[in-house]
Amino acid sequence: MRSSAALFNPPLLLLLPLLLFSHLLNRAIAADLRSGDGYTIAGRVKLGATAKESGLPAKLTNIKVILNGGQSISFAKADGYFSFHNVPAGTHLIEVAALGYFFSPVRVDISARNPGKIQAALTENKRVLYELILEPLREEQYYEKREPFSIMSLMKSPMGLMMGFMLLVMFVMPKLMENIDPEEMRRAQEEMRTQGVPSLSSLLPRSN
Amino acid sequence: MGSSNLRPRTAMAIWARLGFVILLLFFSATLSTALYEDQVGLADWHHKYIGKVKHAVFHTQKTGRKRVVVSTEENVVASLDLRTGFIFWRNVLGKNDHIDQVDIALGKYVVTLSSGGSILRAWNLPDGQMIWESTLPVSTPSKSSLYVLANMNVGKDNLILVFGGSSIHALSSMDGQIVWRKELSIDSLEIQQIFQPHDSDIINAVGFVGSSEFAVYQISYRTGEVMQQSKASFESGFCGEASLVFDNLVVALDASKSSLVSISFKNEVINFHQINLSDLVPDFSGKVTLLPLKFNGMLAIEIASSVLLLRVKGPNELEFVEKISHPFAVSDALPLSKEQQAFAILQHDESKIHFKVKSDNDLRNEILQETIQMDSQRGNIEKVFINNYIRTDRTHGFRFLVVMEDHSLLLIQQGEIVWSREDGLASIVDSTTSELPVEKEGVSVAEVEHNLFEWLKGHLLKLKGTLMLASPDEVAAIQAIRLKSSEKNKMTRDHNGFRKLIIVLTRAGKVLALHTGDGRVVWSVLLPALRRSETCGNPFALRVYQWQVPHHHAMHENPSVLVVGRCGHGFDAPGIFSIVDSYTGKVQNSLILEHSVSHIMPLPLTDSTEQRLHLIIDAKLQAHLYPKNSDSLKHFFNEMPNIYWYSVEIEKNKIRGYSLESKAEPDTAEEYVFQAKELWSIVFPSESEKIAVTATRKKNEIVHTQAKVVADQDVMYKYISKNILFVATVAPKAAGEIGSATPEDALLYAYLIDTVSGRILHRVCHQGAQGPVHAVVSENWVVYHYFNLRAHRYEMSVIEIYDQSRADNKDVWKLVLGKHNLTAPVSLYSRPDVMVKSQSYFFTHSVKSMAVTATAKGITSKQLLIGTIGDQVLALDKRFLDPRRSVNPTQSEKEEGIIPLSDSLPIVPQSYITHSLQVEGLRSMVTIPAKLESTTLIFSYGVDLFFTRIAPSRTYDSLTEDFSYALLLITIVALVAAIFVTWALSEKKELKEKWR
Repeated sequence: MRSSAALFNPPLLLLLPLLLFSHLLNRAIAADLRSGDGYTIAGRVKLGATAKESGLPAKLTNIKVILNGGQSISFAKADGYFSFHNVPAGTHLIEVAALGYFFSPVRVDISARNPGKIQAALTENKRVLYELILEPLREEQYYEKREPFSIMSLMKSPMGLMMGFMLLVMFVMPKLMENIDPEEMRRAQEEMRTQGVPSLSSLLPRSN
Repeated sequence: MGSSNLRPRTAMAIWARLGFVILLLFFSATLSTALYEDQVGLADWHHKYIGKVKHAVFHTQKTGRKRVVVSTEENVVASLDLRTGFIFWRNVLGKNDHIDQVDIALGKYVVTLSSGGSILRAWNLPDGQMIWESTLPVSTPSKSSLYVLANMNVGKDNLILVFGGSSIHALSSMDGQIVWRKELSIDSLEIQQIFQPHDSDIINAVGFVGSSEFAVYQISYRTGEVMQQSKASFESGFCGEASLVFDNLVVALDASKSSLVSISFKNEVINFHQINLSDLVPDFSGKVTLLPLKFNGMLAIEIASSVLLLRVKGPNELEFVEKISHPFAVSDALPLSKEQQAFAILQHDESKIHFKVKSDNDLRNEILQETIQMDSQRGNIEKVFINNYIRTDRTHGFRFLVVMEDHSLLLIQQGEIVWSREDGLASIVDSTTSELPVEKEGVSVAEVEHNLFEWLKGHLLKLKGTLMLASPDEVAAIQAIRLKSSEKNKMTRDHNGFRKLIIVLTRAGKVLALHTGDGRVVWSVLLPALRRSETCGNPFALRVYQWQVPHHHAMHENPSVLVVGRCGHGFDAPGIFSIVDSYTGKVQNSLILEHSVSHIMPLPLTDSTEQRLHLIIDAKLQAHLYPKNSDSLKHFFNEMPNIYWYSVEIEKNKIRGYSLESKAEPDTAEEYVFQAKELWSIVFPSESEKIAVTATRKKNEIVHTQAKVVADQDVMYKYISKNILFVATVAPKAAGEIGSATPEDALLYAYLIDTVSGRILHRVCHQGAQGPVHAVVSENWVVYHYFNLRAHRYEMSVIEIYDQSRADNKDVWKLVLGKHNLTAPVSLYSRPDVMVKSQSYFFTHSVKSMAVTATAKGITSKQLLIGTIGDQVLALDKRFLDPRRSVNPTQSEKEEGIIPLSDSLPIVPQSYITHSLQVEGLRSMVTIPAKLESTTLIFSYGVDLFFTRIAPSRTYDSLTEDFSYALLLITIVALVAAIFVTWALSEKKELKEKWR
């Protein structure tokens, strides 16, 4: 996917005004070549082909691109392009705010000594970007997923355990009693009679 | 056990803690308190606002959705449904990106000019997607305007003109490219107006050069070439305001603002005519301004709180039409047809608003005249935008979009309010909470479930839902049942303390009470004291405090809140004081103070009527005690020696600590005024440090345990002091934005200061770090967020502070033998023996605001609330910011819940408390403890409002909403049935045994 981006788009690097190959660029950027002070950072936000699970195609509405923690805010166009104008030389930070996606901030170095030399890298994983195409590191699911109904989850719940224990007592205990030595059984019944309370639990320790 | 016997106190504490930790561990198996998608809206609500509308453009021509596009003071551009007022879409621009103007181009793009005329953006009208963006090189900041040329040729690209100062830019409305740019090469030219005479290829620009010259340019529409230009000077000068009356006539004000100058221009000839205002208005006096009414042959001037409508008949002929007294609003001109124009005048008359629409055919009479009743809590009318529609009988009907003094927005049509939006809530200044009244006896509990069958059916449905067996219809039914449950919206106090009133103060000076159940406005009041008046020209709202919270002595009284404001923007402006009933919104008391307000201190004291004592410190460092009664004075005198306060003077780089002393004689008015006595001051060297941020603990925070049990059964005592002040300073070179400094220049110092003694308890330096700094202080720790230039990532640091002087008190033998230091004199001057632990971690996002959760007893573990740059609120467990985290925690540390160290803090999407919503323009988060210890209420505000409740350690003290009573009931029934069955079986078997 990343390579396809490189194929179909003009090489949209971070740009300096008055660059010679400006004719390759999107026109909105080219239009601003006369601005004297500062540089232009232009790039593209791509949500990629990874459509959300709902099956809807990823839409680029209301995606904000933020320079230096809010110094200036731009918006991504329908095709994902964005640009910042009149940015002084230095090291800058670009963040992308798009609901449902996690973007790594991008460190952008604009060299003052060597005009035109601009470098970019993701700050989260230090990956160097050769062109300013920003893609989300991952999608964000804001909701916990409901576990589909399963017998196990029901069994694990306290009530399930209670039921389970009860069933155990109902069906396994008589079996256990059958296996008891008749001698032992009689003794137990004797005891029961003396106690007067017919209880299964009093049998339990003896049966072991 | 032997050693435990020696230290019973500690041992007990340890066991108690251990038990609790186990309990917590049991309940907080996962660290996040996540939400299922079907739980959205159960405990939370989200309201969207846009702010005070500055400009509005209607889009009603086409069939289909009728909408109005607005731009606001909160830098929002939005498209609203004209039928309902709902937001179709909106975009919130950056905080410095103020919108100058908004318009619609080509019938499908919304065009906004912002940042002082330097950024032009086009948004798609149906969905708000940005289409293009263009940056204009603006040399000098000047007032810029937008002029979208009228549709000359349908389907063809139209030009958008942006003019400001002496330059004009023409941009293509299709893609935002600059088609031509004209710098009119005259210094100090201010273009006032641009207009296009009908059906021509020429645009006219008129403006002033300096203060006395008038210039006219004719510019080619296609190329920007200047076809013709002329200048003329007028000796008495202009004040810079002008109004275009005809295509060849401009009316301006002269420099003395006492007469009007009509300027006619034709074919390079410019003529001036001076008309004295006193000729027109006999009793003329005061300030004059021209209203920007773009109306053919008409002029509106404002004189001393009334507006005059003048008709321009010729270059030197003006006719008085009508005088409208204040308050009023005048709309822009609206073209009805090719020849006809109309405009609206709204006049406020106490509780009524009179609407008048006039057209240029007949200025004496109105096309439309309506009167509506207006809620007095909305204040005066401020702006009106007018739109017309064709009625079935082919006459013109009008809609009015009205902006009121409280920033609310209303649409009025046919004498009725079609919809209204409470957009003042987009600019909340401060908030507080109030308890609801106790449920009275005799008032029956609302019948939620009608009978047992219904109840069981509901729970069976819920059970199905939790077991994922429900069909989509049933899921919808479950959702409806949940949302319908009137329980959360009742107007009485509940057992868990979830239902409260949030009392907010907006920038417009309006106080509103919001119900925590659904965020509806219970009452609202536009404070008379915070409205513009003759005594107070420029009031603004500062803070809101709880004034009276009756619970023992004055049960029959309603609680009330105190609203503090200031009359003007200077620190020495007199203060405003208003007390508002929390249940009804009635203003109980309102006054303008004789002194200024620079600092407000709610004291932990109340008088006999449970009014909270407040100290107001003015600019002259005098402290004024409120309420002013002898009872409060008596309480105050008891506590006065314990009252210390401090002031942070950012511009002087100084922090000063004070105590109070009384100098006044008793029984005088001066009795309630106290003098500040300076105790200490800390001056930061201005060449190397600049105060970036200060933070303190919340005054009402409750700390449950003073000790922290560490893994090896040892105890550490928290250094808990209400007087800890966190101060962060940055190097002046790196005080600007990110990107303006190099790591070598940047330094960040973090200080912990005791505000009573002025002692610096701790100081730490972060090399290569810079602001913006956000900090939060709670219990014995500080968490702060800053930018690390070396790694070029944001960082969060935690500092925990422990009291070493009490560390020896663990030994019970020492206590018995009297060798403890509990009775050792505690002195202000002795250096506190503290131990500090700290650690830093990377954090991905920029932060707008930080807060910490607060619970009723402070037992529940804490979560940090982080408002990210994406306008979401992330809840991050404090355990991630524990300086005792290490790469390989020991077994006992793991049991204690210490998380292995990682270099960055995790961002778990499920722990966003705003889930899939955004609180646009987020400014602040407020945490309010509920009565239920596990739960805390969170109210976050910005342009939007969002409220939710979270349980940082899960709801260990109550059953969740999800709890299936039906399942419990079924289980019990099944168990009982099983008991009977087995009993019968065993009886039978026994009988058989006996017969054998």
